[in-house]
Amino acid sequence: MTEPTMKAPRKAVRPVKWMRENLFSGWFNTVLTLGVAYLLVTSVGPLLNWFFLDANFVGSDPSACTGAGACWVFINQRLNFFIYGFYPDELQWRVNVMFLLLAVAFVPQFIERFPGRKWLGIFGIFGLPVVGYFLIPGGSFGLEAVESSKWGGLMLTLVLAYIGIIASLPIGILLALGRRSEMPIIRGISVVFIEVWRAVPLITVLFMASVMLPLFLPEGVNIEKLARALIGITLWQSAYMAEVVRGGLQAIPRGQYEAASALGLGYWRRMGLVILPQALKMVIPGIVNTFIALFKDTTLVLIIGLLDVLGTVQSTVSDPTWQNVATEGYVFVAFCFWVFCFGISRYSQKLERKLDTGHKT
Amino acid sequence: MGNPMTDQAYTPEKQAPTDGRAGKKPDIIRVEGMHKWYGDFHVLKDLNLTVAQGERIVICGPSGSGKSTFIRCINRLEEHQQGKIIVDDVELTDDVRQIDSVRREVGMVFQQFNLFPHLTVLENCCLSPIWVRKTPRKEAEATAMEYLERVKIPDQANKYPSQLSGGQQQRVAIARALCMKPRIMLFDEPTSALDPEMIKEVLDVMIELAGSGMTMLCVTHEMGFAKTVADRVIFMAGGEIVEQAPPHEFFSNPKEPRTQKFLEQILQH
Ligand SMILES: Nc1ncnc2c1ncn2[C@@H]1O[C@H](COP(=O)(O)OP(=O)(O)OP(=O)(O)O)[C@@H](O)[C@H]1O
Ligand SMILES: [Mg+2]
Repeated sequence: MTEPTMKAPRKAVRPVKWMRENLFSGWFNTVLTLGVAYLLVTSVGPLLNWFFLDANFVGSDPSACTGAGACWVFINQRLNFFIYGFYPDELQWRVNVMFLLLAVAFVPQFIERFPGRKWLGIFGIFGLPVVGYFLIPGGSFGLEAVESSKWGGLMLTLVLAYIGIIASLPIGILLALGRRSEMPIIRGISVVFIEVWRAVPLITVLFMASVMLPLFLPEGVNIEKLARALIGITLWQSAYMAEVVRGGLQAIPRGQYEAASALGLGYWRRMGLVILPQALKMVIPGIVNTFIALFKDTTLVLIIGLLDVLGTVQSTVSDPTWQNVATEGYVFVAFCFWVFCFGISRYSQKLERKLDTGHKT
Repeated sequence: MGNPMTDQAYTPEKQAPTDGRAGKKPDIIRVEGMHKWYGDFHVLKDLNLTVAQGERIVICGPSGSGKSTFIRCINRLEEHQQGKIIVDDVELTDDVRQIDSVRREVGMVFQQFNLFPHLTVLENCCLSPIWVRKTPRKEAEATAMEYLERVKIPDQANKYPSQLSGGQQQRVAIARALCMKPRIMLFDEPTSALDPEMIKEVLDVMIELAGSGMTMLCVTHEMGFAKTVADRVIFMAGGEIVEQAPPHEFFSNPKEPRTQKFLEQILQH
């Protein structure tokens, strides 16, 4: 070091100057600013009133809702149903354990320098489904069995979304590699698979899975409705995932494939160590977009009679004991979805920044 | 297709350089009557070449003459359709196992460096030794550091390729190839994507490597490099080997008119 290190000069931001530059530069922006300000002022008050000030929080039945605002008593009272569906009360600890493990595995991912963060994430991806597989349906290790027809609410939504997400990524990657394979048979199978599934609406897939699949299955083979829906969702989703991943594969310069080959790496190592890490990183936004879309699409299972969180709310809202609570119910559902989808989105942004190593190339 | 230089087998021993490396050395690369087409386009026409172990060969020729295609055939990045290529006693065929075994012994350096941007310099160097040679990580890292020292950038080991200059990246690429302890090194215009002030640092590394007895095939237009290190210069045009000779003969007394014209053109600059 021959010269003292110099810091880049910090730009001082003065509020008045900032406002003049950003909010009131020119008559058009001024009008827009004032208009938006007016809308905010007129809508925030009523919203606050409805959500909090005029709302009722405590009570045990509809008569507790006397205010003009939201009747959160309704959500409170039926929360158990919204979260667990018909899962027996005394066994709900099993679902709670899963919720807890989910939080333990993924919340630390947002905390930089959390010890063992990586291992928790790996457990979340590979271990959690295994634990859930035994814990939620039961029937082994002395756990009482709970049929999948009793599952419901948020828990069912999470089961569908989680398995759909975790299974569709690897299948999608294989399909994408298959579509770019040099072997005509593998390429052909991948193309047909992707194009067929992608061209069918999810509703149709679910109908087929619930109504038609049993007709094709051999006598005596009986797959539960939930499992059928899961298979349908996963395969449908992997077709989308395959195309997202393929976009990434195509963006990797040929030189990377060649350099990896020239180093003597075989096909799977070439893909696994050199190409996929770069390709997947490049398409994180697309992958996450697909995950979020899947998360929300799980609500479609309603039409084959599975009660996910939206389904449970829907069926309760039409219950005559509670009147005019539809808004509260749907706000609750929206909030549930928002929490998870926003979490996924934030995490992906973090991941993207962290993995960014190629500034120039 | 007949041309005077390729019809008779070329024997490097006859013109063995005087640096004491003379004497019978086994052939490490044999190319016999090799042809390649891209679709209907006949890129390489009846190539014949034998390279002795430790020999240093420079390939030059006009753009589009098939130089890159030729050396890429030697580690099967490109497939040939006719003739034979035998590298280190293994013939290159469709057999993937044979291809991989050849690639383990043949290092390649590209014009565009082709470092892996998601890995650090050290990881770039260790990847293949660990996964292909099954070298323990510690040992692979030690070897990598040795080679990084040889190319004079051990201090950059933990940086990512995007944080290095072009010349540094190319030296890492050379080190990465050397970490596999190859018996042959192929270079495809290693300096032509570099700014002039970085060319020398890469050439110095290559000259040092040539001094260590490595078998080298190098496509380059650096005629100074050819004069210093090459045992033989090969001139390609239109997919054929037009002329080959030791550098002093090649530059002072080219026999073919096409070679003369080419040399005139590049020496003008
Ligand atoms: N993948 C390909 N498909 C079709 N033609 C190709 C392909 N690659 C190269 N060619 C053609 O083959 C010929 C030889 O190409 P090659 O890259 O080997 O030339 P080169 O001697 O290395 O030239 P340069 O000095 O420009 O690198 C060129 O005419 C080129 O257009
Ligand atoms: Mg070339």
